[in-house]
Amino acid sequence: MDNKKDVKGFLEFVYEFYKSMKAHEITLVYEGEITHQITKAFTSLTESNMAKDDEPGNVQRKVFHVMVECLQNISKHADDFSSSDFLFSGRGIFLVSKGDNEYSVTTGNAVDNDKIEELTNMLETINKMDKDELKDLYKKQMKEGRLSEKGGAGLGFIDIKRKTGRDLEYHFLPISNDTSFFLLTSTISRDDN
Amino acid sequence: METIKIQGTEDTPKVTLDKEHEIMEISGRSLPEDVASFYDPVLAWLDEYAQDPNPKTVFNFKLMYFNTASSKLILDILMKLEEIHEAGHDVTIRWHFPEDDEDMEEAGEEYADIVDVPFDQVPYSG
Repeated sequence: MDNKKDVKGFLEFVYEFYKSMKAHEITLVYEGEITHQITKAFTSLTESNMAKDDEPGNVQRKVFHVMVECLQNISKHADDFSSSDFLFSGRGIFLVSKGDNEYSVTTGNAVDNDKIEELTNMLETINKMDKDELKDLYKKQMKEGRLSEKGGAGLGFIDIKRKTGRDLEYHFLPISNDTSFFLLTSTISRDDN
Repeated sequence: METIKIQGTEDTPKVTLDKEHEIMEISGRSLPEDVASFYDPVLAWLDEYAQDPNPKTVFNFKLMYFNTASSKLILDILMKLEEIHEAGHDVTIRWHFPEDDEDMEEAGEEYADIVDVPFDQVPYSG
């Protein structure tokens, strides 16, 4: 009896979940470890959907760029936790939504509170920059920056802002005394220019 | 000198480095899981090539897509070619881009700004 009730409650939750995905125009959602295989699978899935929808080439390319950089941000940077932690290394949430006028790519992952200030400064600096400043920063970082152990070059955020032409929207929510959930959303216009 | 031929995949580019036939090309998509280890043999090959380069070197990039981690390694390749050029050899970079891909065109312009090597931008259709 109880079990049946539980199942029914769960299925009702699934329907609510489905409805809220539809309401937010979410076309892809994933929670878990973000690996290179996952990155390849999601980008190729989104690519074939965009091709089916006859999305303009430059929109397809921008969405692809942003997805790869967002996914690699998690797989290469969310690395501060021991694997016994449920928010362990390389895990996170990844969402793609498609509206009438734009695509958005959203990621969420746990970060050490010590990192919030550095991340905020980096994002704010990038958001304040105009096209030419971003270009100069990208060049400088490419020349002077070094690949981290996991192969990150510190260029992802700059690239996302350059490709989308929009500010990086982000938010931190507290998880515990030491950790927060870092959410980042990037929007790509579906206008072909 | 040894020839390098790597078949392209959905996330790694096709690479041909053939001194004898004067073919040097990187094409396709570049978002390898481990960029450093993918490009290490390419950089090592160029180090060896720099010891005794051909009278004329034309290096072709024909990339459809590369991620930010690859962009750094592409610069490393260009800097090796710059060294060969600085040593007094004839070196040209040919940067091919789809004619409707402004971002790829701009990426070529940026590299041309950074390195001091003759740099041709080559649009192609399709």
